[in-house]
Amino acid sequence: MKLQSRHLLGLEGMRKEDITLILDTAASFKEVLQRPIKKVPPLQGKTIVNLFFESSTRTRISFELAERRLSADVVNFTAQGSSVSKGETLKDTARNIEAMKIDMVVIRHAASGAPHFLTRVVEANVINAGDGEHEHPTQALLDMMTLREKFGKLEGLRICLVGDITYSRVARSNIYGLKTMGADVSVCGPATLIPKNIEKLGVRVYHRLEDVVTQVDALNVLRIQLERQKSGLFPSLREYHRFFGVTKEKVDRAPKPITIMHPGPINRDVELSADLADGPHSVILEQVTNGEAVRMAVLYLLGTSN
Amino acid sequence: MKLHLKSGHLIDPVKGKDTIVDILIVDGKIERIGKSLSADRSFETIDLKNKIIAPGFIDMHVHLREPGYEHKETIETGCASAAAGGFTAVCCMPNTNPAIDEESVVRYVQEEGRRVTGGLVDVYSIAAATKGRKGEELSPMAELSQAGAVGFSDDGSPITNAEIMRRVLEYSSMYNVPIIQHAEELTMTKNGLMNEGLVATRLGMPGIPPIAEELIIERDIVLLRYIPHSKYHVAHISTTGSIECVRRAKSEKLNITCEVTPHHFSLTDDAVESFNTNLKMNPPLRTKDDVQALKEALRNGTIDVIVTDHAPHTIDEKEVEYAQAPFGIVGLETALGLAVTELVNKKYLTLNQLIEKFSINPRRILSLPVIDIQEGEKANLTVFDPGKEWTVDIQEFKSKSKNSPFHGRKLKGKAVGTINNGKSRFAL
Repeated sequence: MKLQSRHLLGLEGMRKEDITLILDTAASFKEVLQRPIKKVPPLQGKTIVNLFFESSTRTRISFELAERRLSADVVNFTAQGSSVSKGETLKDTARNIEAMKIDMVVIRHAASGAPHFLTRVVEANVINAGDGEHEHPTQALLDMMTLREKFGKLEGLRICLVGDITYSRVARSNIYGLKTMGADVSVCGPATLIPKNIEKLGVRVYHRLEDVVTQVDALNVLRIQLERQKSGLFPSLREYHRFFGVTKEKVDRAPKPITIMHPGPINRDVELSADLADGPHSVILEQVTNGEAVRMAVLYLLGTSN
Repeated sequence: MKLHLKSGHLIDPVKGKDTIVDILIVDGKIERIGKSLSADRSFETIDLKNKIIAPGFIDMHVHLREPGYEHKETIETGCASAAAGGFTAVCCMPNTNPAIDEESVVRYVQEEGRRVTGGLVDVYSIAAATKGRKGEELSPMAELSQAGAVGFSDDGSPITNAEIMRRVLEYSSMYNVPIIQHAEELTMTKNGLMNEGLVATRLGMPGIPPIAEELIIERDIVLLRYIPHSKYHVAHISTTGSIECVRRAKSEKLNITCEVTPHHFSLTDDAVESFNTNLKMNPPLRTKDDVQALKEALRNGTIDVIVTDHAPHTIDEKEVEYAQAPFGIVGLETALGLAVTELVNKKYLTLNQLIEKFSINPRRILSLPVIDIQEGEKANLTVFDPGKEWTVDIQEFKSKSKNSPFHGRKLKGKAVGTINNGKSRFAL
């Protein structure tokens, strides 16, 4: 079995069978992660560069571990800010690195579409590790893997993404992936953080968590950035927490326990209360483990298909 | 120079002529117009069967980039591009460096145009409405008009301060020159990269809402109603709402006109999903409904003029992440083809109306003499072949820059020649 594309740029438009293939492959890699020796040989001799133009700890470490566990050679390139402010263009940076004979590029960049641009200037397989506010496909894949493990299927599952939808690549990738898999997706957040026409993507829009909790199986709580308050999009963290923060008090109104997810890092007691984050229905650490498995699956499927 | 234009289809909307004629041109002047004229051997005969002869086209919205940004375009390459696209005149927008906000720059642009084209392309200036295009102090409009500026604009930057805009309209009204507004409420478009709407939401791109354009137009109409002797022209109109504003103001008989670019009536924001930076322009490409509204507005006369907003940028400047790329595309060499393909062939405009929007209306707005095609008058003509099929190839552009989203697009209709000031260029 092979993926349709030789890159992983996003989940929008990705076929159901491709998503299933990645999730199934990830499930078998998860088994590898339970072994005392967590290393397997399929990418031996392959060189992968992690191009991170935006700060990231967990995604970068997760990719790097996944690459090493598949026996690839790994190079890390980290640059703060845009490529232009560095004085070298993204195109030049990428071409120079590729001239050193790289097989795959994992890129995180603040500009939407940067990985797509990269596919036009280099030959290597490109994996999107987050581009601007556009997509973060491996995050959504690991979220789907976690849900599938927990509920046994994705079809018909009711998921709500909570928080800053406008600026969230995690939200977009989740919407695309979950919709393709037949899940029922809604979003909930302040009107100022819900992008125009989002309902046309087939999601329901809520502005009150109280209305959502009775309708869903899981909440995927997004990180709120303080800078959004400075640009006039919500009044204060205090008000945000009171009205949009996911707390035990609010989810307890649900007829049955709701699964709690968060892509991390968590602002504890802002978008999510600490007791829920650490509580019995939280799958947040499971998401991190599954992130390893999913990234191994993606790297394996793309790296061995050429 | 002695030319015998043979069997051309003359369309002159001013005189109401629409007929097959021969035209004899001697030293830049029309000597005779008539059926099947004979001319001696000293005349160069140009067979214009199935070609349209029209009054010379003017593009009143061009970024020639000189002085200051000669790596993108020079007056020479920009004029070569204009001539290839069928234009006998262009207006250079003031966002040069230095800005066109003093007499010497107006004169430089005009004279350099004359020097490099020998008169084939007249180069006029749209000068800055405020000093340095900063929107703070009035530019010396009287002096600039006297030096030859035909209109005023802070193009690229809107005049956002209502008090300054009021004074700009008042002051300019003394000289009967239009104020051309780049309508954008900047507080709503910060970081915006494309039209706000479903596509921007899908792509996670910061949006430029259509109302940011409409708010400024609506405000300016309020000012115009208060200062009715001023002339106000909306640059590159792009939204359904903006058209509605202009239509209502026109029905009140206010002095308002507007222009549209070929890319805004040919492309929609859906195309941006390729992240091709040659689709990044300001105003951004809008929705299918907006494109439809623009075409209807061209048909019913709400939109007066077609302009290119020719905005050259080098390949290196454009081959970057979408967020980093500068706004704008070149347009002089594709405008006529797009207009014929999208407007004439799809029955939105007759050839007669097309010529009005490329030649007659812009000249009226800028108070330039409308071209008179008759014996004894100077020949200022654009010749085009409305049936010619061709494929856009950026490598063939005369412009120094190649930033066009239309590379590879099949078009029908192409300029084949221009005549102006005793100079001619034909590529039949």
